[in-house]
Amino acid sequence: MEYKLAFKDYNEALKRNKLLGLKCQECGVITVPPKMACRKCASLDMAVVELTGKGKIQTFTTCNVTSEGREDELPYVILLVELEESAWIMGNLTGTDPTTASMELIGQKVRMVEGKVFSGDRYSAGEGTSPVFRLEA
Amino acid sequence: MRKVAVVGVGETKFSAAQEKTSVELFAEAAMEAITGSNLKPENVQALFLGNVLGDFSEGQGMVQAFAAENIGCRNIPANRYEGACASASMAVRDAFMWVASGFYDIVLAGGVERAAIMGTALATRTFAMFSDSRYEFPSGITFPALFAMLAHLYAARYGIPIDKLKEQMATVSVQSYHYGLFNPKAHLRKEVDVEAVLKSFMVSTPLQLHDCCPFSDGAAALILASEGAAKKLTNRPVYITGVGQSSSGPLANQQDYLPRLRAREISSQQAYDMAGVKPKDIDVCELHDCFSIASLIAAEGLGFFEYGKAGEAWMKGEAAIGGKVAINPSGGLKSKGHPIGATGAGQVYEITKQLRGEVEPERQVDGARIGLADTLGGDGGTLVNIILQRGW
Ligand SMILES: [Zn+2]
Repeated sequence: MEYKLAFKDYNEALKRNKLLGLKCQECGVITVPPKMACRKCASLDMAVVELTGKGKIQTFTTCNVTSEGREDELPYVILLVELEESAWIMGNLTGTDPTTASMELIGQKVRMVEGKVFSGDRYSAGEGTSPVFRLEA
Repeated sequence: MRKVAVVGVGETKFSAAQEKTSVELFAEAAMEAITGSNLKPENVQALFLGNVLGDFSEGQGMVQAFAAENIGCRNIPANRYEGACASASMAVRDAFMWVASGFYDIVLAGGVERAAIMGTALATRTFAMFSDSRYEFPSGITFPALFAMLAHLYAARYGIPIDKLKEQMATVSVQSYHYGLFNPKAHLRKEVDVEAVLKSFMVSTPLQLHDCCPFSDGAAALILASEGAAKKLTNRPVYITGVGQSSSGPLANQQDYLPRLRAREISSQQAYDMAGVKPKDIDVCELHDCFSIASLIAAEGLGFFEYGKAGEAWMKGEAAIGGKVAINPSGGLKSKGHPIGATGAGQVYEITKQLRGEVEPERQVDGARIGLADTLGGDGGTLVNIILQRGW
């Protein structure tokens, strides 16, 4: 059975700043990142949809330590964002000084502004892309 | 199903980077378990071995086959388990099931890891492999970062000011360091106070260095035997009376439960139901404190404390020896250390020793009859629970 929205296609769209997900045709829940089966009801009947990229911050951290090869990115903020389509997604925060990130971020509205490409390392089988969010004005 | 007992146990010291190979470390732990069970290597019918990162730390795959042959267990089936930090507990649970089923009578289970030898940068990279590599690693997720996010989420969900939560988390680390001080096999043996925790290097907000477990080298091993075989080998069998295991998807997709980890709640319920016991019956628990916040989340998920209240419990001594349940009298991952592929077997080693009354008096839980091991892999992707009870 063919995979409806493979990593490669999801990633290519995110590189063009488009966030794709899958909408379950049985229960209506959005699954992102893509899977074979609906994350809620395990239905295989899902359709590719473009998500708004709008949501609110559920949690965050400012990283001062990272993996071998990614030290130049420090410090940076990682987020878990609840999208307005109600799915959570991991991403990064831009436009806010990572050293000042505090609990006040939680609950704030954000919008995805770009997909940031991680070019990959010797273990990663190529690149990947992180959705980058900015606080709504 | 037949009853299955832990007959003998063995463990190396957990440590910083050291020069023994994985095969050598496991051989030392395994022979302690085998000879302690009044057995010889030829009596062992199969090996179940946790090992996560041997490919990266030593360029050694398939370590289980070399480990079996090295200790004289020639030509036996040898299986390797990889479930991140819960690998050895998966191995123990499978070993249990093979003996319970009647297929084997005597098996060796355990784990080995050289996490420290890799150094912090490579270790951090490889530990990040237990998050979703396609969809979450591009954001720069690390092992501390994911628990750091759970800490902030925990504070927000339960309405705990972050400074108060940090003091609670520091108290968890202080307790673990204290017990580890009396454990000669512990990796980090030093007295650390709350002030020192709060002054330590900020790894990933809000988690500081003393909120985090170390990368350790070490091995642990257990002999499991059927009730009939165990009774011939020892008059103090420790029975495995309940086991549970569960899995979850990537962190963001656990959204309906976070900061709770659903896999733990399912896994521990399986173990409680199978053993016919409740959280209040547990005398001693070794739980997966890879980070201080992970202890709070674990103690709540295992049913010891209400959600959002575990930090207060630690501050009141309810998680200490003499409290409601003695948690991590070994020093836990924080002080005893975290050689990830061996950690779960190390927890079962500790519980077995506790139930036998064989640990140092400063950290012995007097009269302990029922113990629980809790091992978490990665971001909750793998969860294993094992309940052990005195058989005499
Ligand atoms: Zn559905």
